[in-house]
Amino acid sequence: MSEVQDYPSRLSDPASRKFETFSYLPEMDNDATRKQVEYIVSKGWNPAIEHTEPENAFDHYWYMWKLPLFGETDVDRILNEAELCHKANPGHHVRLIGYDNYKQSQGANMVVYRAPL
Amino acid sequence: MSNKTYSAGVKEYRDTYWMPEYTPKDTDILACFKITPQPGVPREEAAAAVSAESSTGTWTTVWTDLLTDLDYYKGRAYAIEDVPGDDEAFYAFVAYPIDLFEEGSVVNVFTSLVGNVFGFKAIRALRLEDVRFPIAYVMTCNGPPQGIQVERDIMNKYGRPLLGCTIKPKLGLSAKNYGRAVYECLRGGLDFTKDDENVNSQPFMRWRNRFDFVMEATLKAEKETGERKGHYLNVTAPTPEEMYRRAEHAKEIGAPIIMHDYITGGFCANTGLAQWCANNGMLLHIHRAMHAVIDRNPSHGIHFRVLAKALRLSGGDHLHTGTVVGKLEGDRLATLGWIDLLRDSYIKEDRSRGIFFDQDWGAMPGVFAVASGGIHVWHMPALVAIFGDDAVLQFGGGTLGHPWGNAAGAAANRVALEACVEARNQGRELEKESKDILTNAAKSSPELKTAMETWKEIKFEFDTVDKLDVSHK
Repeated sequence: MSEVQDYPSRLSDPASRKFETFSYLPEMDNDATRKQVEYIVSKGWNPAIEHTEPENAFDHYWYMWKLPLFGETDVDRILNEAELCHKANPGHHVRLIGYDNYKQSQGANMVVYRAPL
Repeated sequence: MSNKTYSAGVKEYRDTYWMPEYTPKDTDILACFKITPQPGVPREEAAAAVSAESSTGTWTTVWTDLLTDLDYYKGRAYAIEDVPGDDEAFYAFVAYPIDLFEEGSVVNVFTSLVGNVFGFKAIRALRLEDVRFPIAYVMTCNGPPQGIQVERDIMNKYGRPLLGCTIKPKLGLSAKNYGRAVYECLRGGLDFTKDDENVNSQPFMRWRNRFDFVMEATLKAEKETGERKGHYLNVTAPTPEEMYRRAEHAKEIGAPIIMHDYITGGFCANTGLAQWCANNGMLLHIHRAMHAVIDRNPSHGIHFRVLAKALRLSGGDHLHTGTVVGKLEGDRLATLGWIDLLRDSYIKEDRSRGIFFDQDWGAMPGVFAVASGGIHVWHMPALVAIFGDDAVLQFGGGTLGHPWGNAAGAAANRVALEACVEARNQGRELEKESKDILTNAAKSSPELKTAMETWKEIKFEFDTVDKLDVSHK
């Protein structure tokens, strides 16, 4: 068995900050992100985009980008909207939400653009 | 109508309580019992005896029977069925009028349904297989204090199962060392850690010290990871007064969730605590110590699906359900049945999963299913496939037993979980492709790679004792 390794998480290191689902995986590439958007659409959930400064990421409420894309099923349009939000807020985390209005919950919620460290 | 006269003596139960012509009402509480009668006792008589003893009857006629309308209040045995693969036992279906039971009282329902009748001599063995609670009764119960959706909002966890871990060793750690174990798990990526069921307030670690150290650990892990965390503070106590004292302190220090053992603590204490949690904005994790004493024997006792329904009515936001794949008992189809009974709002009768009645929960919130016991990263794909998102997956040894410690163990589980969820969302078959999915995820996580090497060969392949009746013989 290999040598014991230290777990390198630190209060002083912003890279130790996570942001919930999928934040323990490497950042998704475009293809992987597209598949998650396809999943949200296939579930019939309403896509929505939110963003925040990394230091405020713990808050429940992030800035809403425009309004949720109610009924939008075009994967390219959804991806494009996330990219527009990212370009307008290059220093922010941008997350994609799939609102499940029947369960009154979010079926999906993932950061698709991570703020630069 | 005064057309009856009193005649003392012993009547056959079936004259009064066997009513095959009865059509159950929508408001009736329905029960399915598996009855193994004593040799020579006819099925109808045994079924009638069970409905009598669990409702209005006693062994002999009494004159005060005539002061009321017993034909209205009595339980009615209305159907009998063979048990597949069993020549001795049979199913008896009994309908009880709703006014036999106090509103909102799981205590009262079970005192009636499984009270004296289980010791009844004419019956060799008796098992309560399922109960249909009419929506009219469900609406009188408070149910889960918060429910699945509210918990997701409070904890900010979406689109995946939650991850937990029970702190070990179960007993003997000091409060400060215990808090250390909690902190390491939470900073590594778990959402929750948990007191073991028998951690209450022993001499080596009094509850108040544990609560305070654990809270410091939780808050630091939140600050460090930027994610919301919790530890199930076990408030199970010798008396209700002491239980509430502990719950109040947990709330005072800002803990989001507390814990209770609903069978050893009792339905009365549990229902009260659930209402307290609802009134105080707290989540409630429920452990089920002692359940196997009651639910494991296939011919005697109470089936776990009934205990699960009792908990949903009494109140709790999480309930342990077995894992199917780990070290503890649990048939896969039957487990899927009671998981649905905990989480869904309407569950159809489905004998292939052991569900005997349609169950309508109306607006009552759902309960997270908790999978815990002998599971590790290699089980993750199967667990995500079996349980879906509305579950808490708890790896005790599978977190704390990591060669690099709790934080690494936690990170390994979190990476494995997220990889499985990502793959599932992509439409991949988790159980078939499990090795591929985990191996790929381990490329970016040395913690996961080491966990996979550590637990490669561990399996718990023993036969299930309490199987569904369809598979007997």
